[in-house]
Amino acid sequence: MRAAVQLTVRLRVDPIACDGFGHCAELAPELVGLDEWGYPVLLACDDEHGPGVVPDRLVAVARSAVAQCPRRALLMERERTN
Amino acid sequence: MTILAPTTPARLFLGLHGRPATSLDDHLALHGPAPLRADLLDQLEAAGLTGRGGAAFPTATKARFVAKGRGRRRVVAVNAMEGEPAAIKDQTLLATSPHLVLDGAQAMAAAIRADRVVICVARDHAAAQAHVVAAVAERAAHDPIAVEVVVPPGRYVAGEESALAHFLDGGEATPTFRKDRPSLLRVGSRPVLVDNAETLAHVALIDRHGPAWFRAVGSDEAPGTALFSVWPWGPPVCLEAPTSATARTLLAEAGMSKSVAGVLLGGYGGTWVGPEALDAPLSPGGLAPFGAQRGAGIVYAVPSDACGIAETAAIAGFMSQESAGQCGPCAFGLPAVAEDLDRLVRGIDHRALEHLERRLASVDGRGACRHPDGVARMIRSALNVFGHDARRHAAGEPCAHARRRPLAPTPNLFHEGWR
Repeated sequence: MRAAVQLTVRLRVDPIACDGFGHCAELAPELVGLDEWGYPVLLACDDEHGPGVVPDRLVAVARSAVAQCPRRALLMERERTN
Repeated sequence: MTILAPTTPARLFLGLHGRPATSLDDHLALHGPAPLRADLLDQLEAAGLTGRGGAAFPTATKARFVAKGRGRRRVVAVNAMEGEPAAIKDQTLLATSPHLVLDGAQAMAAAIRADRVVICVARDHAAAQAHVVAAVAERAAHDPIAVEVVVPPGRYVAGEESALAHFLDGGEATPTFRKDRPSLLRVGSRPVLVDNAETLAHVALIDRHGPAWFRAVGSDEAPGTALFSVWPWGPPVCLEAPTSATARTLLAEAGMSKSVAGVLLGGYGGTWVGPEALDAPLSPGGLAPFGAQRGAGIVYAVPSDACGIAETAAIAGFMSQESAGQCGPCAFGLPAVAEDLDRLVRGIDHRALEHLERRLASVDGRGACRHPDGVARMIRSALNVFGHDARRHAAGEPCAHARRRPLAPTPNLFHEGWR
C-alpha cells in the first residue's frame, strides 16, 4: 500500500496586520467568527476538522476571504500530513 | 539586591564573597581563560543546557538552527533585558560576573561563526548598563569580536526575542509576526542568535569545564545550577541553586517565615501553585503535575494573610499596560480582563468570574507573541489556587487583605516608549 500524502489547508491570522475589519467572518462564516472586540476567531467547521482547517468544500470560500482582507491579514497555508 | 550564600558550590557566583563586581583580573584568576572550544555545541548538548530566559529551549539546538540558517555574517545578541519587574537575576549577574556572560557570548559567536556580538540591557537598568560598559571596555583589547552595548526601551515585551531582533534591525522594540516556528530571526539579512545572559554565563563555564562537570549538580532532567529571583514576601533575593531545587528550600534560604498560600513560578506570565507544590523540584518533570515551569526563575510567594487575587489583579493590570498594542485580542482583551479582576477584588461584580472565563479564552493564543497566553495562564492558575477566595470575592465578600497594597512590583514604563 502506498502512504497517502494529504494536504491540509489551514487558515491563519496575522494578528499584527489584522485591524478587525471583519470581512472574513462575513465571507466565510463557517470558518471565522468574531470575538467581542471584532477580531477573527478561527472556527472548527465541523466535528472532523480542527479550528482553522479548511475542508475541500470550503476552499473556494476561504480563498475569497483571504483575497478580500483589506489588511492582507488572513493567510491560507497548505500543510503536508500523512 | 542581596546575594545569600547559596546551598550548592557557587558557579556563576563563584568567589564573590559579597564583592560588588568582578574585575577582569579577578575573573581570570577565578575561572581561567576561555578556551573557545571548537566542539562547543556538542558540549552544550551533552550538558543538557536549556535557555534560562523562560522558554527552557535546548541551547545547542537553537544555536545549530541559527548556524545552518542561510546568510553568512551571523549575529549573537545577549538578551539581558530582564523585563520582568519581579526578576533581578540577570541584573545581579551583570553586577557580579559580567565577564562570564561576555565569555559565553564570545564562545557562542565562535561556535556559530558570528562576526558581530551585541549585548542588550534595558534602558531603565542603569546600574546593569554601567557594569556592562565597564566590563566591555576592560576586555576590549582581548576580545576576538568587539562587543556593542545596546540599550532598548525597558518595556516588558521588549525582551521577547523577535522584539529584540526588530529593535536591532532599526525598528521598534515590539514583537513581530512569524509565520513558522521555529523561525530564523534576522537583523537585516543576517541570522541572529538571541540567548539570555544567564544562559551564556553557563555556556562560558561549560566551555571551560565540560558537560560532566555541569551535570555534577542538579538532576538528570534539570542539570546544573540556575539563578532564581526569590520573593519571601519582602525584598527579593537572588540565589544560585541546583536547577532542580524546590520552592521550599529557596524560600527558606531567602528568609520566608510565614505560611505560604501560593507561589507564582516563572514570572508574570507564569503559573500560581499551591503549598502542595513547595517540595516539587523546579524541573520540567517536577512541575508538570502543577502545570508550571521554572520560566525565568521567579519564585514569588504570597502568605496566608495576604490576598492572592489582589496580587494577581495588580500583575494583570501591569501586563495589560505592557501589551505592545499591536494585536487586537491583546490590546483590548488584557485591559478587559484586568478590569474584571479589579471588580472581583473589590467584590462589586458577582458575574466577574464568568466574564473572566470567557475573556481568558478570547485572549489565549491570539497574539503574535506569547504575552496574552502568559497572562491567561497566570490568571487561570490564580483562580485555581485561590479559588476559595475568588468565589468569596465574587459573592460580594472580599477578604480584608484585599485592601492592602499589593507587593508585586508594577512599575509604569510608558515613558520608555518603544524606540
